[in-house]
Amino acid sequence: MATAILRQSTLPDPFRDGLGQGWSVIDASTLAADLTLEADVAIVGTGAGGGTAAEIMADAGLKVVMIEEGPLMTSSDFSMREAEAYPQLYQESAARKTRDKAINILQGRCVGGGTTVNWTSSFRTPPRTLDFWLSEYGLSGFSPVDLVPWFARMETRLNIAPWAVAPNENNDVLRRGAQALGIPVGAIRRNVKGCWNIGYCGTGCPTDAKQSMLVTTIPAALQRGATLLTRARAWTFEHQGGRVTSLSCVGLDTRGTDPTARRISVRAKTFVSSAGAIGTPALLLRSKAPDPHGVAGKRTFLHPSLASAALMPERVDGFAGAPQTIYSDHFLDTLPLDGAVGYKLEAPPLHPLLVATTLPSFGSEHAGWMRELPHMQVVIALLRDGFHPASGGGTVGLRGDGTPVLDYPLNDYLWDGARRALLTMAEIQFAAGAKSVMPLHSTGVSYSTWRAAQAGIGALQLAPLAATVVSAHVMGGCPLGPDAKRASADPTGRHHQLENLYVFDGSLFPTSIGANPQLSIYAFAAKLAAGLAARLRPS
Amino acid sequence: MTETAAPSPRITRRTLLKAGVAGGLTLLAAQWLYTRNSAPTVPDARFVTLDPRARAVVAAIVPVLLEGALPAGDAAAAAGDDVVIGVDKAIAGLPAAARKEVGQLFSLLALAPSRCLVAGVWSPWQEASPAAIAAFLARWRDSRFTLLRSAYAALHQLVMAAWYGNARAWPAIGYPGPPSLTSG
Repeated sequence: MATAILRQSTLPDPFRDGLGQGWSVIDASTLAADLTLEADVAIVGTGAGGGTAAEIMADAGLKVVMIEEGPLMTSSDFSMREAEAYPQLYQESAARKTRDKAINILQGRCVGGGTTVNWTSSFRTPPRTLDFWLSEYGLSGFSPVDLVPWFARMETRLNIAPWAVAPNENNDVLRRGAQALGIPVGAIRRNVKGCWNIGYCGTGCPTDAKQSMLVTTIPAALQRGATLLTRARAWTFEHQGGRVTSLSCVGLDTRGTDPTARRISVRAKTFVSSAGAIGTPALLLRSKAPDPHGVAGKRTFLHPSLASAALMPERVDGFAGAPQTIYSDHFLDTLPLDGAVGYKLEAPPLHPLLVATTLPSFGSEHAGWMRELPHMQVVIALLRDGFHPASGGGTVGLRGDGTPVLDYPLNDYLWDGARRALLTMAEIQFAAGAKSVMPLHSTGVSYSTWRAAQAGIGALQLAPLAATVVSAHVMGGCPLGPDAKRASADPTGRHHQLENLYVFDGSLFPTSIGANPQLSIYAFAAKLAAGLAARLRPS
Repeated sequence: MTETAAPSPRITRRTLLKAGVAGGLTLLAAQWLYTRNSAPTVPDARFVTLDPRARAVVAAIVPVLLEGALPAGDAAAAAGDDVVIGVDKAIAGLPAAARKEVGQLFSLLALAPSRCLVAGVWSPWQEASPAAIAAFLARWRDSRFTLLRSAYAALHQLVMAAWYGNARAWPAIGYPGPPSLTSG
């Protein structure tokens, strides 16, 4: 029954072919001596921001060095086994937590960053969000119209298109239940090319169908002579007189958890931080980058997400098929942006390790739900945080050892949204024919009718580590904006205090996005990187 | 460079004091005793992070957390061993700060005084009844103190990950495993 995995050496692995052709890739875990690298542009991080920037900079004829904390793993390495993929490809083995441990954060940590392990959902930044950034933060130049060419450019580059295949049953339950209640749904566009529809996006695409940075922009940059340094943690920017002079990195061991004795210094004319919305603020804090208004690391957002599990009469097999294909923005679109918190509805892939660690209770109760895995259906609700005075987000700080930790307090404003979201999800699941619905909460209580669920969820005690809260989207902390009192980077992405340092990643957003962030990051990074490349291009 | 300070014990003690659970001195004494009494043992190459006493804690809670999930009969012991090894491996994949916190949790659970006072388990782990262990887990899960709820969540996450990440667990839950990839 448990099928042996047959890794087919006949499947192509273009990245390995590129290595064979002499691409410049250095694994810092294998360094025998310290190293100094020189470049026109040093880019920290190879996710949606760094990967996009690397290609644009390399295309402009600039010498690029990419610094990645995680390992280089390519399609030949992707075994589709969670127990291997999470320690290899995710921050803190996919168990990164907020300071009080109340929110589990899924974040990539590998070449390609989050794009290597995300579920391929591609949304343009909602116009309401962009309008809010203009009206509240004075961020001009990023209106829906301004961004159209950048969305279009990245959609073309990454083959972002409607998904023509029927949704898997896990997504179709969301569609059917919502439609039965008159709640509009939409189809999610995906960044795939020749997708096999097997459902293992989250453990690294084994067929290279997902158009992540790993198979698109990074190979393109390497082909143009860029250098990629892996298993190296960017530790501090050395700076003097308002300019960064070099970047100091520490080598990591092969497990990726602990520093080695190796130090790597990267000297460059221009530095780009694309380390993500926890990594970039942490790097600035460790560097003691000038921050007269104390902006860096504040207002970090997560789309805190609630989940509801249902048992369906028919098989769901939520581990198979494209993981996210249906969504509903009804509870975003019908609510004022700055009122009670709204939420986006989606479905997650249901692989056993992730399901087992997320389901509450233990012993026979937990085992009983796990035995129903093929009939299990799950909806998630992503809270749109950061638009209301009561939603100030979290704060990135440093532990004694210099590693980052995010303090994200969950408050009554968010719990109100959490309760409404749990109610909505249960109602949708019952409307689609669920036999039983369990809001994910430490009580492990489940309901067999909508009426019972309505009463039960209404009375649930919602508190940290009682309600299950997860996040796969970290945003903010180094916001973009003209006002240095409220923003870390000016509207060109340049750090307000360090003139040759740029931020191109999800930390730029002044609030959460209200949609899966990858396409927003691609478009912002492309626009900002193209602007920078035009100014730096060797003449 | 990255191993300069250790703030977590202080935070943990303070939070425990605030929680009114047995007082910080208990934990302080427990950690001191634990370190003092860590007799050299024959190294077991299968384990990277867990020492024998921590393994005994894990081995005791595994059959309770996974009641109804582990196979019955002869296969039970081997599956249980797999889980303990898997927990150890999972901890090894965590960053130093998280490993330290997990280590504190196991030292608190392993030492008799804190096992009794904080966990409320009055017999040594090897002798504790499944009912007593289940009661301890439920108490921490439902505790009014965030710290104890987070400690329960850590045990839950480690054990569930170790079992359900293992292909031995899959037949019973109808998960066929990753598909085989055949090209062309």
